[in-house]
Amino acid sequence: MKKLLVLGAGTAGTMVVNKLRPRLPESEWSITIVDPHTSHHYQPGYLFIPFGIYQPDEVVKPTSEFIPSGVEYVNGEIDLVEGEQNRVILTDGRVLDYEFLVIATGATPRPEETPGLDGPEYGDTIHDFYTFDGANALADTLETWDGGRLVVNIVEMPIKCPVAPLEFIFLADAYFRERGMRDRVELVFVTPLPGAFTKPVASRHLGSMFDERKIALEADFFIERVDGESQMLVSYDEREVPYDLLVTVPLNMGADFVTKSGLGDELNFVKVDKGTFLANDFDNIFALGDAANLPTSKAGSVAHFAVEVFTENFLRHIKGLPMTEMFDGHANCFIETGSGKGMLIDFNYDTEPLPGKYPLPGIGPFSLLKETELNHWGKLMFKWVYWNMLLKGKPLPLPHEMLMAGKIAEVDA
Amino acid sequence: MALTTIAGTDIQVDGEGFMVDPGEWSEEVCQGLAGNIGVELTEDHWQVIHFLRKDFEQEGVTPTLRRVTKAGGFPTKQLFTLFPKKPAKKMAYCAGLQKPVGCV
Repeated sequence: MKKLLVLGAGTAGTMVVNKLRPRLPESEWSITIVDPHTSHHYQPGYLFIPFGIYQPDEVVKPTSEFIPSGVEYVNGEIDLVEGEQNRVILTDGRVLDYEFLVIATGATPRPEETPGLDGPEYGDTIHDFYTFDGANALADTLETWDGGRLVVNIVEMPIKCPVAPLEFIFLADAYFRERGMRDRVELVFVTPLPGAFTKPVASRHLGSMFDERKIALEADFFIERVDGESQMLVSYDEREVPYDLLVTVPLNMGADFVTKSGLGDELNFVKVDKGTFLANDFDNIFALGDAANLPTSKAGSVAHFAVEVFTENFLRHIKGLPMTEMFDGHANCFIETGSGKGMLIDFNYDTEPLPGKYPLPGIGPFSLLKETELNHWGKLMFKWVYWNMLLKGKPLPLPHEMLMAGKIAEVDA
Repeated sequence: MALTTIAGTDIQVDGEGFMVDPGEWSEEVCQGLAGNIGVELTEDHWQVIHFLRKDFEQEGVTPTLRRVTKAGGFPTKQLFTLFPKKPAKKMAYCAGLQKPVGCV
């Protein structure tokens, strides 16, 4: 019996076992998936919790609901991968061996990596919305907040869902307007990037949306520390940004066992080939989703497109055939812009987000880089698609390669 | 892609002025590049630049700011002093490398 071991039952890991189980005969292959949690969270939903748009119970379901029959689910925490011995050690001492390993243990926010950020003010004047508890605590704070200077700060790239901080500040603008208190709130977006977003054309479109909404932008800001007592962000080049309420997007890191096992970069992301996801130095270890050090967004859409490429490659690889599919870094993201509207962006390693229509050229129905009500409904509908189709490995009518058809090139300014 | 002349040498650069072929780099070219962005090279600058060159040779990608700090042992604060405002980009620019892709 050959053994496939998948570490992590998040978006990528769950999709992998659902895609591969029907295609690997149960008489020849066992599949095991390991995860320390017993519930699966719809992480894109965290964004909506602080504003009362989603209730906490909408984003949580039992992990077991998404593990297909014929796959063994092990509840445990990973301590070490011993690549030379083809085995994984769990923190409780259990040992799992494998022929092939998929690491899909994601990324987590690490407020403790920034001096002063996880001090006694965390949960009071400092909040995050990238964790379930953080999003709920922020909902409670916003409910009774009577205004002041709200600062959103990205500590360092890469982060999960790089558009979420923008969505947060757009939703905050709409939230305070609807409550009739927008004039008592100053909104400031503080980022290490040179503009609102990473890529120039999208950054320009989003930048003008900042102006329309009177959101101030503090760019090229590399935070050194937070002074929680005097409520101030301090950068390495000694700029100071005061706040009344800080919404931080802490440093994101991969799981600690990755670097401990000699597989990681400085942020514990697994070093992989960006076309095939095969880990450096190993012919039987892959990393998928946020856990990999791919130079593209850490997002569920990337995990989805990557898993499609991986599945076909893996079935060839185990037969000793060359992997013919190469991942192009395809990502797409809905961006909530507030008041029932949204945008959509679609891009890859080489092509930045451009205006146009998606997925059907000229037709859509979704509009790229443009605020529409339909994009907003697409975003809300996606929760259903995630729970009912995506995780279960059902095919979505979206090609994994990014297509130029339907896109309109814009010249960089 | 464009051609420019730095320190008397023809150099290929991208739209933002970053060198395209790290093989065209030399210390003389580096002096010229640093001059373009108003950086006066000291021994401390050279140590950082040589680390970037060596790391690129080994890893095949431009090191991020975090990697220069962690693997190279240069404190972030010092990098902001040596290459003000945008150290990651400026270091890569002087070392004749593409800008780091960590920023997605």
